Amino acid sequence: MNLSIFTTKKALLGGLLVVAAGLMIAGCPSQQAMIGSADAAQKTYVAPGDYDEFYTFMSGGYSGQVSVFGLPSGRLFKVIPVFSQDPESGYGYYEESKALLHTTYGFQPWDDSHHPHLSQTNGVADGRWLFINANNTPRIARIDLTTFETKEIIEIPNTGGNHGSSFVTENTEYVVGATRFSIPFEPDMDVPIDSYKENFDGALTFLKVDQETGKMNIDFQMIVPPYNYDLARAGKGKSADWYFFTTYNTEQAHTLLEINASRNDKDFVAAVNWKKAAEYVREGRAKKMSTEYYHNTYDAATSMVVSTKKNEVLVLRPEDAPGIMYFLPTPKSPHGVDVDPTGEYLVAGGKLATVIPVHSFSKMLEAIENEDFEETINGIPVLRYEATIAGEVENPGLGPLHTEFDGKGYAYTSVYISSEIVKWSLETFEVVDRIDAYYSIGHLMIPGGDTKKPYGKYMVGLTKTAKDRYLPVGPKQNHPAQLYDISGDRMQLLLDFPTIGEPHYAQAISAAKLRPNIKQIYELEDNHHPHATKSVNNARVERDGDVVRVYMATIRSNFRPDNIEGIRLGDTVYFHITNLEQEWDVVHGFAIKGGQMGEVLLAPGQTKTLKWTPTRTGIYPFYCTAFCSALHQEMQGYVRVSPRGSDVPLTFRTGNL
Amino acid sequence: MKISNRILFALAALMLIPLYFMPFWTISMKAPQFPEGIGMFIYINDVTGHNRHDISSINILNHYIGMQEIDVEAIPEIRIMPWIFAFMIASGIIGAIAGYRWILLSWLVLFIVLSIAGIIDYYLWGYEYGHNLSPDAPIKVPGMSYQPPLIGTKQLLNIKASSWPYWGSLFIVLSMLTAGFALYREKFTGAGKNDGEPAVTTLTSEVSA
Repeated sequence: MNLSIFTTKKALLGGLLVVAAGLMIAGCPSQQAMIGSADAAQKTYVAPGDYDEFYTFMSGGYSGQVSVFGLPSGRLFKVIPVFSQDPESGYGYYEESKALLHTTYGFQPWDDSHHPHLSQTNGVADGRWLFINANNTPRIARIDLTTFETKEIIEIPNTGGNHGSSFVTENTEYVVGATRFSIPFEPDMDVPIDSYKENFDGALTFLKVDQETGKMNIDFQMIVPPYNYDLARAGKGKSADWYFFTTYNTEQAHTLLEINASRNDKDFVAAVNWKKAAEYVREGRAKKMSTEYYHNTYDAATSMVVSTKKNEVLVLRPEDAPGIMYFLPTPKSPHGVDVDPTGEYLVAGGKLATVIPVHSFSKMLEAIENEDFEETINGIPVLRYEATIAGEVENPGLGPLHTEFDGKGYAYTSVYISSEIVKWSLETFEVVDRIDAYYSIGHLMIPGGDTKKPYGKYMVGLTKTAKDRYLPVGPKQNHPAQLYDISGDRMQLLLDFPTIGEPHYAQAISAAKLRPNIKQIYELEDNHHPHATKSVNNARVERDGDVVRVYMATIRSNFRPDNIEGIRLGDTVYFHITNLEQEWDVVHGFAIKGGQMGEVLLAPGQTKTLKWTPTRTGIYPFYCTAFCSALHQEMQGYVRVSPRGSDVPLTFRTGNL
Repeated sequence: MKISNRILFALAALMLIPLYFMPFWTISMKAPQFPEGIGMFIYINDVTGHNRHDISSINILNHYIGMQEIDVEAIPEIRIMPWIFAFMIASGIIGAIAGYRWILLSWLVLFIVLSIAGIIDYYLWGYEYGHNLSPDAPIKVPGMSYQPPLIGTKQLLNIKASSWPYWGSLFIVLSMLTAGFALYREKFTGAGKNDGEPAVTTLTSEVSA
């Protein structure tokens, strides 16, 4: 109640009244630190025409996309289509983009994107690429951060639910995939579900990243016990050669996991020495396994997507590669595993635990050295809990999930059930501050908070339910994000704004780092699309049997050609449209009446292809769908469709009434 | 001519070389949709955009008012001017070597005449572009022409067009002043006695003096 008075009424009536209000503390278990609305407004105000300090990339969850927001304003800049068709831009509808969504299960119109991760150099985000995982039909995508476009999608075989993904190593040597569901590896294996323990396996996938192009390639997979692999992080600094994964369902249940996967007191954090594993693979200890997956890459020169089917993968079993994988017992179905900026502490969020366990990397190495093992599972030694634990954070609230760091000696853990964020000291492992989240927080994100150099100024909480936070919009509300100021001793809530889809995780990078790289146009000169029309004089229509190709150009404010006759029922028509504009943000669109593939938008200098199969004879209007210019409404044309076998000649024109 | 004045004459000629590498005029256009501005640089041998694609952007805007397209290849001045400047540089240097005051005088007069002709030509060029509009233009504002200002700033519909000399013009002015200064020294500082004598003599007389 108080909050709504502070944030709305008085702000509207005039901020002056609340300037003196200062700090307010309310209730247990979380203490709500609030600052006056005017102070908060000042801290998040970005004047018209001014720029935000950070770009934030949020996953879209069940939207399958990535959305780009500014911090501290919370303004939405863009939604980047990644794993789902996007009728707004034509992504997944126009021919060139369709191949990006191709998988061994055919065209996938949708997916569930979870964990964006920025490429890194020396443990710091470098602004080259953004990786993100698809959970449902396991894949990883790469987004180019000069154009904010998806340029590559690779399928991950032997995986069911690529959840523990797409985290990179500190120099982006690898990006990783991890299976949430263990499944039989044989692709079409028809076995009883209750043969889980015999037939099901887990897979961790290591994809090598080409440093020049960013292209991913599956270097090898590790076959691991049939648990659920939940989240991952690469180490940094001293632990940079290692990846850490959380596991749950070490009970190996395949039904009612809610109960059956919650029985064990401890599950594991799996530590994998990826560098050593890669050496073993080079030495030939990995075996070739036949499988199938698609690798779809965008070719910048031709704007075409090359879709390649691959038929094998190298698999490494821990039994054949001693010393590369260890299990660290960790309480109660841990969700996140996060590594502090020094690389020493591994913080696990046991979603059903009453403490936050913090493992020490150096103690882990010591325990390995001393062979301080409890047991060995499939060749994977299980280290003694007491041997690796550095401390347990007491009283963290109920359901700790994810942790980020401020670089000033503090960790911030999101706590789902008690809906709060707790701040605790990496020195004393004691909670020093806590603040409410609205409501039920999943991930949190501090710009750079997962890297070696956190900015330590802002924190974003990504919450799961909005309930009464904004004007209601029906039974299903959008998911909120909350911005906190963490520059002082106490966390302070600054802003609460709705998001797109369900952001599971986010990444942020300083605008100063990214902004200079961003492209304004596609150079027409570099457009080598096989069906590009690079001058209005080249616009034409060609028939080859039942296929008609329209080589169309758009330029303010006309289509060339804009009158086409001689199309016949039974024809397949490809509109190869080139936007001849070379001016920033001058976009044209194209749609034709009754078109089955929606519309397509063209950035300056781009060529895209829309397929059309007319189903009736007659006159079909088409027009520019993006308000491009003063005479946008004049930017239109007609196609005449005649019956099969008609002798109307194929003609086209623009102008000359 | 005195050796120092001949050196000044040669310098005046050499000062025209930078014109091949830097624009001597700029036209810039501001409009609400172009916060960063667009515009053209005019060289003696080229016309370019302030940014890579500005000429094409200007042409796209201009087609709405029926202005003819700026086709750099088709501008005759762009082909002629480099030769005129080459002639001025060469004749200046030859004149300085020859050391005749009348050459300096003629060179300067020719230079001034050419400059005035250039300004008139530029005005006519602007007039032609601004007035010779296609009758099919989508946007026709009665009584409106779109001639850019010869020098200064003018509001043309939504566009504020400015036309100003650029760095190259500074060299033209400096060259003219240098040649003028050499002529002034020749005429009014008692150096006239050498007038009409061949260069070699001048050199010897300088040395013997």
